[in-house]
Amino acid sequence: MNVLSQIINGLHIGSIYALVALGYSMVYGIIKLINFAHGEIIMVGAYAVYVMLVLVGTPLWIAVLVSLLFCACMGMLIERVAYRRLRNKNAPRISLLITAIGVSIFLQNLAQTIFSSSGKSFPNVMPQGSIRLGDAEISALTLITLATAAVLMIGLQLLVSKTKMGKAMRAVSEDAGAAKLMGINTNVTITWTFAIGSALASIAALLYSSAYPLVTPYMGSTLGLKAFIAAVLGGIGSVPGAMLGGFLLGIAETLAKGYISSVVADAIVFGILILVLLIRPAGLLGRNVKEKV
Amino acid sequence: MAKLLETENLGIAFGGLRALSDVTLEIGRGEIVGLIGPNGAGKTTVFNLLTDVYMPTEGTITLEGKSIVGKKTYQITRAGIARTFQNIRLFKDISVIDNVKIAMEGDMHYSALAGILRLPSYWREEKAADLRARELLRVVDLEDFADAKAKNLPYGQQRKLEIARALATQPKVLLLDEPAAGMNPTETQELAEMIEKIRKKFDVAILLIEHDMSFVMEICEKLYVLDYGMVIAQGKPEDVRKDPKVIAAYLGGNEDE
Amino acid sequence: MMKKKGKSYLINFALVAVLFVVLQVLISSGVINRYYNGILMLVGINVILAVSLNLATGFLGQLVLGHAGFMAVGAYTAALFTLNSSLPEGLALVVGMVLGGLVAAVFSAVIGIPALRLRGDYIAILTLGFGEIIRVLLNSLEFTGGAKGLNGIPAYTTFPSVFIVAALTVYIIYAFINSRHGRAVIAIREDEIAAESAGIHTTYYKMLAFILSAFFAGVAGALYANYIGVLAPAKFDFNYSVEILLMVVMGGMGSITGSIVAAVVLTFLPELLRGFSDYRMLIYSAILIAIMLFKPTGLLGQQEFSLAGLAKRGKRWFAKRKKGKEGA
Repeated sequence: MNVLSQIINGLHIGSIYALVALGYSMVYGIIKLINFAHGEIIMVGAYAVYVMLVLVGTPLWIAVLVSLLFCACMGMLIERVAYRRLRNKNAPRISLLITAIGVSIFLQNLAQTIFSSSGKSFPNVMPQGSIRLGDAEISALTLITLATAAVLMIGLQLLVSKTKMGKAMRAVSEDAGAAKLMGINTNVTITWTFAIGSALASIAALLYSSAYPLVTPYMGSTLGLKAFIAAVLGGIGSVPGAMLGGFLLGIAETLAKGYISSVVADAIVFGILILVLLIRPAGLLGRNVKEKV
Repeated sequence: MAKLLETENLGIAFGGLRALSDVTLEIGRGEIVGLIGPNGAGKTTVFNLLTDVYMPTEGTITLEGKSIVGKKTYQITRAGIARTFQNIRLFKDISVIDNVKIAMEGDMHYSALAGILRLPSYWREEKAADLRARELLRVVDLEDFADAKAKNLPYGQQRKLEIARALATQPKVLLLDEPAAGMNPTETQELAEMIEKIRKKFDVAILLIEHDMSFVMEICEKLYVLDYGMVIAQGKPEDVRKDPKVIAAYLGGNEDE
Repeated sequence: MMKKKGKSYLINFALVAVLFVVLQVLISSGVINRYYNGILMLVGINVILAVSLNLATGFLGQLVLGHAGFMAVGAYTAALFTLNSSLPEGLALVVGMVLGGLVAAVFSAVIGIPALRLRGDYIAILTLGFGEIIRVLLNSLEFTGGAKGLNGIPAYTTFPSVFIVAALTVYIIYAFINSRHGRAVIAIREDEIAAESAGIHTTYYKMLAFILSAFFAGVAGALYANYIGVLAPAKFDFNYSVEILLMVVMGGMGSITGSIVAAVVLTFLPELLRGFSDYRMLIYSAILIAIMLFKPTGLLGQQEFSLAGLAKRGKRWFAKRKKGKEGA
């Protein structure tokens, strides 16, 4: 394969990373928590589409809609049940983190109990065919993925910068206490943040499963880890940062896989995280925020 | 001879917002200096610049003639500037006396290995630290609470513990951020006496931020008045009090004085 | 006051020695059979793992999700060393443990330097990633035997060696915590900004505690390798890291004795409840969440409990009961 096709493949997987990274980034921006359970939302979304399409037999659009709503509700539920109580108690951050990792493992094992640990093959629902661009061939799936991701990310950017909800989100992430005094319902804002992030993850799940058609209980953990790295690379808390981070990470990974080996690719992705933290901990587009004293 | 602590044309901008500009302060040995001004004038920001919580965008800070800009917070503490916080930051879940001992880090030297093997240096330094910590707790009237958890102290005593912790670092300058906040008049009076006592006993200069004017007028020898990030007046308390610019800043900007 | 402290060190030492002699007699007389002897050794290894993780997570307050990864590094290092060394048995084990610990410490420094200079929870994600990467690497490298792993590792680890190393680890971490260095570490957990302005070099102490924690995980790995005889990467997966974390959380974050008790319980329990092995991680994660929601500092809190304290509490309880009976 030539470099151009590698880069296109990189953009393909990178835009999926970006969609997932947005969820991490938004939640981290607003409550300063690495939401480990976010990766599992992808897994839940993939199973939801699988169940609707294969076991229930609905048309694709219904399956996608159900998965989207299910994931959004799941995200809100996790926030409500697992995190809010600790937030209100002003518990140490580490307790919140441990809860998040607990939820992540719980969901993985719950899925394993329900669906068994062997994977389910994901039905082929995307249009076939491809177009040529110079030496490279671009599949319809790649085009759909890129277009979907682009539309969603522009939509999210507009939501954050233009709407009242977006303003509330930015206010809460700047200073939750002050936002509350200004009459913003912080709990509702945080709930919405989880819902939106999880909905994006459900779309990412559909796109990811179409490219790698095997749904397993553990699919969310590595994908989630890479997406988180993408979020840090781009600058955690920044929407354009998550996009940029996702694309760059996707391209770096694909090139490393193509020209070196897939084992090394994982190590390189991890190495990128270490380098970013060493050189520019705020990420490419992030700003360096110091804790208030 | 250089003053103990000096800043010259100190300023900082957050993004486009100028929080402080041209702040020039002088604190001499053993002086008690007040930093006052309406809310949001930038008083705590001055403290944050002095202790490297923020890096100044311009200006200099010198301690005994040596620049401390760019040094890390813990290095500044060891060089001789200690502080308390407006919104009390104690080590809540550990004992009162350990809160004080933690701040003696600068002059304890036994190695981790000596500590683990419980070599004589460990016992010697720990014993000395224990004695000095109790001594400091006596100064702030907390010796009876040495083994209580810090979070179980009443509010006013938590403020005193923060002062004891700052003193444990053996500072040359002590920065107190609203030490009398939340105290009743009797407690405030006690605090004023305590600060006077501390200055004498430890030969330390004190720079304090405070809103309680009678308290400030009583104990400070010199005042700096900050408004919108700039020094609008300075001098003896009785002169500053009559300064029309100060009166305007307080009457115009803030009603809670 | 100091004399009293010296005395309590002596009493604790005597109690540990008695425990050792009793267990050793039971083993050599066959009351504890080979199977349970094996479990006892695993208990000791898990005690080392739990107490050392408590240093990083309970006392320093940094979530480490790759403790099994550090253990793996130590295990493979010691295995490769003992497979290729011609030193006498005991010495080879000691050198293996030191090497295992040191290599794990080096890995932890590489991860710690980028993550611990910063405030925030980057160490959680970096250790999580490290745990995964190390397994992928062990799986694909030739000199570690790939997915098949290593076998025929000499069985140098004995019950006395595990017991002594575990006791030593507990002592070292206890002594560390109760020194100026430990106080600094705890101060960072409580409030990093206040610690820094109290004159504490926070980055240095974060590194120190994290590296020390990884060192002991490496030592535990070395003991494990020379006990079990065969190593495969799959053993050191994320679930194992979570099990160790659960020991720390159950025993109480910041309680060494709590970690010991939890390590004992969580090593025996799965042996007794073999029927539930499919649901183990499901149950563990549910417990983890429940403890955090209802007791964020961990099930048994930060308190240490001692035999003396237990006896006192027991006495009080009996006295109360007696009174109650007399009243009736």
